[in-house]
Amino acid sequence: MAEPVLLAPEPLIAGGKRPGQVTSEILATTERRASPLWWAGFLVAFGALAAGIAAVAYLFSTGVGTWGLNNTVGWAFDITNFVFWIGIGHAGTLISAILYLFRQRWRTSVNRSAEAMTIFAVICAGIFPVIHLGRPWLAYWIFPYPNTRGPLWINFRSPLAWDAFAITTYFLISLTFWYLGMIPDLATLRDHTPSRFRRRLYAFFSLGWDGSFRTWLRYETVYMLLAGLATPLVVSVHTIVSWDFATSVIPGWHTTIFPPYFVAGAIFSGMAMVLTLVIVARKVMRLEDYITARHIDAMCKFLLLTSGIVGLAYATEFLTAFYSENRYEQFVFLNRALGPYAWGYWIMVVANVLIPQLLWFRRLRRNAAAVFAISILINVGMWFERFIIIVTSLHRDYLPANWTMYRPTLIEVGTLVGSFGLFFTCFLLFCRFLPVISMSEVKGAIQFGRTRPGAPAPEESPLPAEVHP
Amino acid sequence: MTRRLLIGLYETEDDILAAAEAARLRGMKVVDVYSPYFVHGLERAMGLPPSKLPWVCFALGVSGAAFKVWFEYWTTASDWPVNVGGKPWNSLPAFVPITFEVMVLFAGLSTVFAFFLVSRLWPGRRAVALAPRTTDDRFGLVIEETAYFDAPAVRRFFEESRAVEICERMMEEAA
Repeated sequence: MAEPVLLAPEPLIAGGKRPGQVTSEILATTERRASPLWWAGFLVAFGALAAGIAAVAYLFSTGVGTWGLNNTVGWAFDITNFVFWIGIGHAGTLISAILYLFRQRWRTSVNRSAEAMTIFAVICAGIFPVIHLGRPWLAYWIFPYPNTRGPLWINFRSPLAWDAFAITTYFLISLTFWYLGMIPDLATLRDHTPSRFRRRLYAFFSLGWDGSFRTWLRYETVYMLLAGLATPLVVSVHTIVSWDFATSVIPGWHTTIFPPYFVAGAIFSGMAMVLTLVIVARKVMRLEDYITARHIDAMCKFLLLTSGIVGLAYATEFLTAFYSENRYEQFVFLNRALGPYAWGYWIMVVANVLIPQLLWFRRLRRNAAAVFAISILINVGMWFERFIIIVTSLHRDYLPANWTMYRPTLIEVGTLVGSFGLFFTCFLLFCRFLPVISMSEVKGAIQFGRTRPGAPAPEESPLPAEVHP
Repeated sequence: MTRRLLIGLYETEDDILAAAEAARLRGMKVVDVYSPYFVHGLERAMGLPPSKLPWVCFALGVSGAAFKVWFEYWTTASDWPVNVGGKPWNSLPAFVPITFEVMVLFAGLSTVFAFFLVSRLWPGRRAVALAPRTTDDRFGLVIEETAYFDAPAVRRFFEESRAVEICERMMEEAA
């Protein structure tokens, strides 16, 4: 006889956990000594960060001439890395805000680490526009403040000014969202940790949270409001980043498809980075019961969707160029696919559009190693997407006499390596000292002690409701 | 004046929901419930009104946006107009993106600060640990002794409603 088919959905959290177990299992990594593996990862990341600091120090002392930029290609590695990191930073808010509003309960296991990743990625992104300024020590001129130069105000019509406001707002709101979500967990850490020094530290940052339900009710209201505000914000940020390009009159940039194309690409690359980090973290920190195959499966479906949107955008760009009968536009796209940077273009197409199609297969979505490999390839592909968009539109411009090639120097590569170092240093410290999974949300998602609507009642409540004066 | 508070500790969400509702319906004075996570439906069981913080969010968001539109107009068209590519002094459509960002920033940060203020949360504040383990895995129902329900009656209620532990606190309060 055939096995009966189980129609009930898989539980979000495996292993039939109890709330106390959730606390001790999630806090285990913060309360035991760091493993040699953690130290190895940390030292590699910190070494990369040190290399980046050296590269930036050399840049500041010598000048932007240390980069491979030239008169024709004025934006290359710096802005590629900026857009790449900002894109990575989009998945955190997508998971924490948009999926919250859509009541996707699987987000509870991954939102904390995705939000942390967002914050570190936005920090990495913010560095690049600053260091690409000729005089980075004057970067604060982008903000309007009463100054002794008139006061001379900034140009509010410029997308670069919009960008500065968008990134700053995004960073502050993401940080607030992350911190707000962590306050109840910091209180749990405070009451749980044996070390006195750390208890005092957590007590300071948990703001005296005591779990009062009156506070919880306001907290949920505020969390929902922030999610509602962050949802249009996350869409606006990459839209504004795309306007940095779309408002210029450069063929290949000057196109209305950019905002949706960039936002979908950002979610695509961010989701891939979340998967890369989470698949390693769940293995190393033994959190497989919390981040299950179901979570990875759900995120893979996001990859599949956004990969489709990105692929459609690649095709639409060609159609628009062909249909516009604009020779410059047509040239740029032929040059992308067949010109000297064609290798980069085809890496982008293969990694972003063709390889993710494997995720149609359920068996691959459930195979953590395969998903990990695909997510790495997507990260590479999305980096090349930004490189191709930026460099191929510039290196052969309207005047063939100006045509040239761009090649990054060691200093630029060192800066990129350094930004990865900064990202992973921050992430490893986060895994070590803060709860990587939102305990207070997971406790609300487990089955323990809760009668779901439609489920049989456990036993009659012994409490008749009598009304007294 | 001394307040005598009795705290019943419960193990499951179902128990605390039933107990909080029964206590309220019987007319006991439910001071608060302490819980490790947000229990959906407990606000109805306790009879709490919804929070007014959305109004703070709305008001500050609108003022932030209004301030920013005025500021952009004043700097660009009035205080020091600069001709940028022949664009009009008052380029309202171009002001939209920053206005939106500032609105989100004002609304978001002010709501969170208002929340800290109303809930009296600040760095270094000592947590009032009325009940043990409520940040871990226990739910604490706090009931104040009144003329109608003295301590033994409340204790009996806790036992009936499957509390796993009962404790008592005396709170001094300036009358």
